Amino acid sequence: MVSATQAPSPTEPRVGPSPKKRDTGPRWLLWVTTPLILAALIGAWKLYTVVFDIGELILPPPEMVWTALVDLLGQSMIYEATYVTFYETIVGFGIAVVVGVVLGIVLGKMRSVERVLSPFLVATQVVPKVAIVPLLLLWFGFGLSSKIFMAAIISFFVMMQNTILGIRSIEPGHRDLMRVIQAPWWKRVISLDIPAALPAVLTGIELGIVFAITGAIVGEYLGGDEGLGALATVMLAALRTDQLFAVVIIMTVLGFLLYAIVAGIRRFAIPWHESSGRATSL
Amino acid sequence: MSTESTTREKAMTETTDDLPPQAGSGEAISVRGVGKTYAAGAGPVRALMPTDLEVEPGEFVVLLGPSGCGKTTLLRMLAGLISPTEGTIEIGGRPLFTGRDATPARDALGSLGFVFQAPNLMPWRKVWRNIALPLEAKGIGRAERKRRATELAELVGLGEFLDHYPKQLSGGMQQRVAIARALIHRPSILLMDEPFGALDAMTRDTMNLLLQKLWQDTGKTVVLVTHSISEAVFLADRVVLLSHRPGRVQDILDVDFQRPRDLTVSAEPEFGDLVSHLRGQLGGQQ
Repeated sequence: MVSATQAPSPTEPRVGPSPKKRDTGPRWLLWVTTPLILAALIGAWKLYTVVFDIGELILPPPEMVWTALVDLLGQSMIYEATYVTFYETIVGFGIAVVVGVVLGIVLGKMRSVERVLSPFLVATQVVPKVAIVPLLLLWFGFGLSSKIFMAAIISFFVMMQNTILGIRSIEPGHRDLMRVIQAPWWKRVISLDIPAALPAVLTGIELGIVFAITGAIVGEYLGGDEGLGALATVMLAALRTDQLFAVVIIMTVLGFLLYAIVAGIRRFAIPWHESSGRATSL
Repeated sequence: MSTESTTREKAMTETTDDLPPQAGSGEAISVRGVGKTYAAGAGPVRALMPTDLEVEPGEFVVLLGPSGCGKTTLLRMLAGLISPTEGTIEIGGRPLFTGRDATPARDALGSLGFVFQAPNLMPWRKVWRNIALPLEAKGIGRAERKRRATELAELVGLGEFLDHYPKQLSGGMQQRVAIARALIHRPSILLMDEPFGALDAMTRDTMNLLLQKLWQDTGKTVVLVTHSISEAVFLADRVVLLSHRPGRVQDILDVDFQRPRDLTVSAEPEFGDLVSHLRGQLGGQQ
C-alpha cells in the first residue's frame, strides 16, 4: 500500500469516523421542541392568571408583558441600559478571565503556593458577595467600576478552579514524553500545558460569563441608576410588574447571547475534544 | 572504544542526509552496578538490586519479568526519566547522568528514542504533527518536519493517515505513530516500555513483525521491556530475565533463530523449549 513493501500493512481496521456521537436525535429537533415547550409554558402562565384570577401586580398575563416589552423596545433607554450592562459584564469578565486563568496556571503548577493561598481564595468566595456590594459602592462609587468589579470577583473563581483542574489533569505520560524529547520549558507550556488544559479552561470560561452577567446585574440592583438591574428596580418601585418582566426577558436574552458566543468559541477552539460535538448545555 | 565511537558518530553526521531514512548504526549501552531504592513512607523500598548489563551496538535486548520486577524502572533510568541511586549508565561511551545532582546529559539523551506503554499521542495534533513533535523541540523548520514525518509515517505503514487525528486511529495504529515519533530524530537507541501490552494478540504479532523489520533495516540498538514470554523470545537476540521484588538479573538467554523471523518460528521445538524454560524460571518465583 505504501513504500514499506515488506512491512506488514496495517490490517487493523479503522475505528471509524471518530468515536460515535451519542444519539441525541436529529439536528432540527431543538428547533421544533423549543418553540413547543415555550408555547406550552406561556399557555400555562395565561391559564393560571385567568383561572385563579391573579392580579396584574402579582403576575401580569403574558400578552400584557408582551405589550410592555414591545413598548420598552421602542424606547432608546432600554438600549442604553442593555449596553451598560453588556459593557460591565464584558469588562468585568475580561479582567476575571486574565486573573483567573493566570492565577490558575500559577497555582496549578505550584502546589505549595496553592496550599498557602487557598484559604484566602476560598474566603473571597464564601463571603456573601451581595453583602459586600455596599463596600464596593463606597470604594468605587455608584458608577460602572463597582459593577465591573462585582462581575469580575463573582466570575474569576470558577475560571481559576477550572484552570487549576486543567493543569493538574495533564497526563503524566505526556509530561514524560516532553522530558524524553528534551523540550525546553516554553515548549512544554505552549505544546502541552496550554492545549491540554484548554478544555477545562474553556468550561470555566463558559460558566464564568454566566456568573459575570449575574454579578453586573446584582451590582446594578443595589446601587446606581444605570443598566438593566437599575431599570428593574425602577419598574418595581413604580409597581409596573409587566415592565419588570419585560426587563427580565431582555436580561435573559442578553445572557443567552453571551453564553452562545462563548460556547461557540469553545467549539471552534478545541474541535478535537469530545465535548465539541455539543456545547455543555445549549 | 571511545575513538571508535567518535569515528562512527562523525560518519553518521556526515552522511546522514543521503542515507535512506533511519539508516545508521546503533550505540552500545553500558549499565554498571545500577540500582534504585525509593524512599517511601514506611522506609526505603528497593526496586532494583545493583545490576550490570552490557548491550552491544545494534543488539536487540528484551527485559522480561513479572510486574514489580523493576524492569520498567531500569528502562526509565536508561531514558533519563529517573536517576539511579547507585551505579553508572553509559550511552555510546558517554555517561548518562552527570554532575552532582545527576541530571541526564543532553547529548546522551539525544541518542535515545522512547516508546511508552501508552501511545501518549496528543489528541489535538494530527498524526504528522505528533510524529514531528521531537523535531519541534529541536527548533527544526516546518517544511523539514513535515518531510521527515511523512517519511517516518510511510516507514510504519501510515502514509495515508498523516492528516488524521489520533482518535480516528485504532490502538495498533496509534502505537505505530508513537514508534515513528520515537525514531524521527534519528536516535541510535530505541527504548520500548511494554509497547504492545495493550494490543490484541493478532495486532501484537503484526507489530512484532514490523518492529523486527524496522530494527533490521536501521541497525539501531533496541531495549524492549515486556511481560510476554513468547514476545520476548520472538524478538530478542538476548532475553534478560529479571526476578521479582527486589528486581535483579536472574538469567540471561541467547536466542539464535535466524533473521528475519516469521511467526512460524514459534512452532519450532527450540522455541517451545526456550519459552517453557523461561516460564519455569518465572514460575519458580511465586
